[in-house]
Amino acid sequence: MPVEFRADLHIHTCLSPCSELTMTPKRIVERAASLGINIMAVCDHNTVEHVELTSTIAKKKGIRVIAGIEINSSEEVHILGLFGELTDAFKMQAIVYEHLQPGENDEDAFGMQVLVNENEEVLGFNKRLLIGATDLSVNRIAELIHSFNGLAIASHIDREGFGIIGQLGFIPEGVKFDALEISYRTSREKAETLYGLYSHIPWITSSDAHRLEDIGRKTTGFLMGHSTFEELRLALRGAEGRKVIF
Amino acid sequence: MKLQEIIDSLSLKVENPSADLNREVKGAYVSDMLSDVMGNAKDGFLWITIQVHINTIAVASLKNLSGIILVNSRVPAEDTLKKAIEENIPIMTTPLPAFDLVGMLYSLGLRCR
Repeated sequence: MPVEFRADLHIHTCLSPCSELTMTPKRIVERAASLGINIMAVCDHNTVEHVELTSTIAKKKGIRVIAGIEINSSEEVHILGLFGELTDAFKMQAIVYEHLQPGENDEDAFGMQVLVNENEEVLGFNKRLLIGATDLSVNRIAELIHSFNGLAIASHIDREGFGIIGQLGFIPEGVKFDALEISYRTSREKAETLYGLYSHIPWITSSDAHRLEDIGRKTTGFLMGHSTFEELRLALRGAEGRKVIF
Repeated sequence: MKLQEIIDSLSLKVENPSADLNREVKGAYVSDMLSDVMGNAKDGFLWITIQVHINTIAVASLKNLSGIILVNSRVPAEDTLKKAIEENIPIMTTPLPAFDLVGMLYSLGLRCR
């Protein structure tokens, strides 16, 4: 029998320059556990380097971590890529790194990109310009995510900046999104008025947390057999009695 | 002012010469956010942008823009150019950055009102 899992599928860690430094995998997991979250996706800007550690810590608390990345397209549209296998997430990251705009992160301007360990000790800093855009188009990013068996989700479509509708006016027909993310800013009712045109694509909502207190401010329910990535895929498709509750 | 006069004055390259270049240009708008252009560009305006995505053509058609100028040596994506030909939306390109190009358009007398 499918049961309902609570998922927050868009959480940043201290590796994202715009995140608070307290967003260590350890504290994120503690916070998610205290809120009763069952599944979370770690989606840092243009990198997956904190996924594995978060996953290891989360396992001890019985929380499933999905490997994720928030990719910035050439049109400056944010797209979430979620993956079932860490190796696929790293393959995606390799392409993103290759196509990311050149330059080093300026910590004063954008913030620190801190890599930590399980005990919150600093291991180093990611030097890339993770806040930057890639030269990959929205269409190409969705294709690449799918080529690595991932799910492509348009981030915060209700945000003017970095949301697909704000940047591109509307969602291009040719791009196959597995879901659209409505941010915490917009209620389901309001989203139905604004984005009814896109109701054929599944909708989710998540926190897009950059601070500990924002984790779980919005979550999506998934009616599934287990808390696995493949079950998430089925739920988004509404297949085999699985479904999304938002 | 006719689009062709602007093309000649500023040495713009036309990416789809089959499009109607004798259109009357009534003004110009600069933005890289398509939603902003949809909200604020007016009928017959030229649009100056770095956006090369296919959605630009839909926006230009919707707003009945007289053409799109891509700055900073940007070139239209393949599907964008194809759609521009189908929809008869002139796409011009220039190595100039937006600031310089817009200054020249302003000197030619174009306004955003």
